[in-house]
Amino acid sequence: MSAPAITMDVRLIGDQVAVVDIKGEVTAACEPVLMSAYEAAGGGKTSRLVLNFAGLEYMNSGGIGMLVTLLVRANRQRQELAAYGLSDHYREIFELTRLDEAITIYDNEESALNGATR
Amino acid sequence: MTDTAGPDRVASAEQIGLSAREAAAIPAPDGARAAPRDTDSWAKKVDRLEVDPRAGVRGTNVAGRRLTGPVQGFGKMWQKTYRMNAGPAIAPEAAIATWKQHFPEFWPKGNRFAGALTGINPGDVALLDLAIGGGVKLSTGVFVLYADTESFTLMTPQGHMFAGWITFSAEREGDETMVQAQVLMRANDPIYEIGMTLGGHAKEDKFWAATLTALGQRLGLPEPKVDTKSTCVDSKRQWRHARNIWHNSAVRSVLQTIAAPVTGLARMLRHDKPGAKTAA
Repeated sequence: MSAPAITMDVRLIGDQVAVVDIKGEVTAACEPVLMSAYEAAGGGKTSRLVLNFAGLEYMNSGGIGMLVTLLVRANRQRQELAAYGLSDHYREIFELTRLDEAITIYDNEESALNGATR
Repeated sequence: MTDTAGPDRVASAEQIGLSAREAAAIPAPDGARAAPRDTDSWAKKVDRLEVDPRAGVRGTNVAGRRLTGPVQGFGKMWQKTYRMNAGPAIAPEAAIATWKQHFPEFWPKGNRFAGALTGINPGDVALLDLAIGGGVKLSTGVFVLYADTESFTLMTPQGHMFAGWITFSAEREGDETMVQAQVLMRANDPIYEIGMTLGGHAKEDKFWAATLTALGQRLGLPEPKVDTKSTCVDSKRQWRHARNIWHNSAVRSVLQTIAAPVTGLARMLRHDKPGAKTAA
């Protein structure tokens, strides 16, 4: 499998929320990067994980599958998964695959964080 | 991490000597987000499936159905991977082109895949008749969710045996091309979950191994060998989706098979009535 063209930086917002800034290409190949980011975000210690897709440049169906496995992991820890920064194109893909029924989509970071602390 | 130029420091891709792919990877200035290169590979959003009749399949249990991913399924979540080494001579793009073009021909005997005549393109709906034993065909379908030169993905509708998607892909690993089918799925409802546990998984493994073997033979491999790996990603069942049973295509297909002589007779009588319109 080729090396993933992606970076994921983690920001902890208080004790309960972590934001993962995703920049690059989301494919099945970036699963180790995403899982490392998940661990850096506190693993199961936070109650909510917010994915920032503003830097997303490319995503294939393998990438969507990888998000489903992240979702399973988060659900196991009773964490909520949220997303923001999706372009219209990627928002449509979330709706098409019905991933938006499990990952709440927000328009911006502020509303994602407000949603997180509601 | 690399520092990217801000809007006041942007030079053209040509000026700074970038390839088209590298240029496409540079973020556009604010307010001018360029279309990503995967735009044409994804299907456009649909709420419910629409289908045209196709020869050779019953074509029921698809029209009006919604798509279902692993989030909407009932049973345990499985990731199953079927892999075959296609050797050094076949490029991944060539393997996928052959697979797309002849997809129905690689299916095991007794199963029908009626897709679009143009092959496999994002947004296409294919109708399926699957042999489930006892002379009954399970009529369902699949939706082409994604397709590019190295992979394509099919997603299932309500009532299918499983909720999820199957990705067919090929990639270079060292000097060899590896071809694979990967299923990410949950059984759609409690009946299917029981069926999958009582031999359904084994039957599915056999189905995809046979499909890959047929592809390998078409690609000219002397002895295609398929490795199967199954991982239970989530052992929890989603009881809130137990009601998916209402759409169960296996139950409906059995009922449609039983009712077929009666509905056929009724259709004939309707057409025999004086003044009745005949179908075009």
